[in-house]
Amino acid sequence: MSLTEFFSMGGYAFYVWGSYAVTALLMLIEVILVVRRRRTLLDRLGRIHGAAHGAWRDGAGNETQT
Amino acid sequence: MALNWFKYSSPASFYPLAGRLAPWFGVAAALLTLTGLYLGFFVAPTDYKQGEAYRIIFIHVPAAWMSMFIYLVMAFYAGLGLVFNTRLSAFMARALAPTGALFTFISLWTGALWGKPMWGAWWVWDARLTSELILLFLYLGFISLQAAIEDPRRAARASGLLALIGAVNVPIIYFSVQWWNTLHQGASISMSQGSAMAATMLTAMLVMTLAFWMYTIAVVLTRVRCEILERERHSEWVAEVASRETR
Amino acid sequence: MEMSGIGLLSGTRNILARDLTLAGRRITDVLTTLFFFVIVVSLFPLGVGPEMNTLRMIAPGILWVAALLATMLSLGRLFTADYIDGTLEQMLLSPQPLSLIVLGKVAAHWLVTGAPLVLMSPLLGLQFGLGGAALGVLMLTLLIGTPVLSLVGAMGAALTLGLRGGGALISLLVLPLYIPVLIFGAGAVEAVASGLEAGAHLSLLGALLVLALCFGPWVTAAALRISLE
Repeated sequence: MSLTEFFSMGGYAFYVWGSYAVTALLMLIEVILVVRRRRTLLDRLGRIHGAAHGAWRDGAGNETQT
Repeated sequence: MALNWFKYSSPASFYPLAGRLAPWFGVAAALLTLTGLYLGFFVAPTDYKQGEAYRIIFIHVPAAWMSMFIYLVMAFYAGLGLVFNTRLSAFMARALAPTGALFTFISLWTGALWGKPMWGAWWVWDARLTSELILLFLYLGFISLQAAIEDPRRAARASGLLALIGAVNVPIIYFSVQWWNTLHQGASISMSQGSAMAATMLTAMLVMTLAFWMYTIAVVLTRVRCEILERERHSEWVAEVASRETR
Repeated sequence: MEMSGIGLLSGTRNILARDLTLAGRRITDVLTTLFFFVIVVSLFPLGVGPEMNTLRMIAPGILWVAALLATMLSLGRLFTADYIDGTLEQMLLSPQPLSLIVLGKVAAHWLVTGAPLVLMSPLLGLQFGLGGAALGVLMLTLLIGTPVLSLVGAMGAALTLGLRGGGALISLLVLPLYIPVLIFGAGAVEAVASGLEAGAHLSLLGALLVLALCFGPWVTAAALRISLE
């Protein structure tokens, strides 16, 4: 099977690749969103807690609500 | 075994466990996806009736299965959270919802792209497509209710109850939609009917289902870790985690 | 405190009588729901065209969807007034089982919103050219179905109690759950209109009512506790 033949999917390229591309894209977006959520969360927690050990209680009141 | 269970039902001890497990599930998902795609595109034969278009099945059916399975798991955790008042189960239910909605959408999207060449229409009111659409509404209701309630405890309990109501209603809805569909015999042709499925096709589909499942676990574990950190941000152990992990 | 079966149900009756009295003082609320139902149904011929055959075909679905929407629109009133003036909190603390109080409130809600729809429906059905038998079944299905709508809607109303944008949210929660009622209700009318039996539809609708009666008030009570704690 040649490459072009493979990509043409017997004339159904739009439907088959449209399905796979959107699925891959959405899953990729979800992964990026989750990873980014974790990063920003750790960033914020790090600012509150990490800067000064033991001083986290003072900063707790200033954080933004989520 | 029982001891472990209770140990890991506390967010503080589940957090590191989830962190250790998530990457492995991610790797498993990637490997299984590659295997499934290889089987689906290079091993499985061309369908004599549907041509190459049938290859959408390798994501359509697994996504549909996962969307229903995730709803059940979500309702299970919601029930646990309501009955035993464990916070972790409520976090799990909350973390599962977006991925479940995603798979529901994927199954609708791929269903439309498959329906166009097969039925000549992007959308037909087929019993299964309609049920998937309603399932998407149920997910959206769950997510919206959670987002609308500010008090996290009320949000967890109210959406938990909603998930249970939904889970009880899913069979009723599914049955009624089936009934409705058989009464209005339209042009709809069952997708799996007609051509007997080759063994390799089935294998590829099962492998892709497994891949989606592993993907779900990896994403949900990571998301539940975020939930835990957000809710427990005032506790001492989160302070330690934060100072350790932000280095 | 008398806790016999009669005593318990008399509590339900008291709530029912109280809510009906309150509704009687605000009769415009009742009429608004009814007018909404009439207007929505009347819009369809304007949108679809006056072709009587088409209208007769889509009448069961239109009447039922309009009933769904009208019921949903009135759900906000179910608990909100009692929630704002604190009566609901009193009800939670009363020795009466909360589910029986809920049952009384839902019964009052149905009498005020569902029952008028049932009574109004044959008139609207006539406008769509439905025949005598179909009109009878339309009334019967609405009579069995609208209590289910009230019972299921009460769960949504309890879950969204006091939330901002509760109106739009409640539709998102409740409408998917209304689908079986819609299918069996409209299906029965359609079957009779095309000369078939509607017995199976009606039994299934009845089963839904029994289910909703058994579990609805109880789940709604749990939801109210969650929302008020």
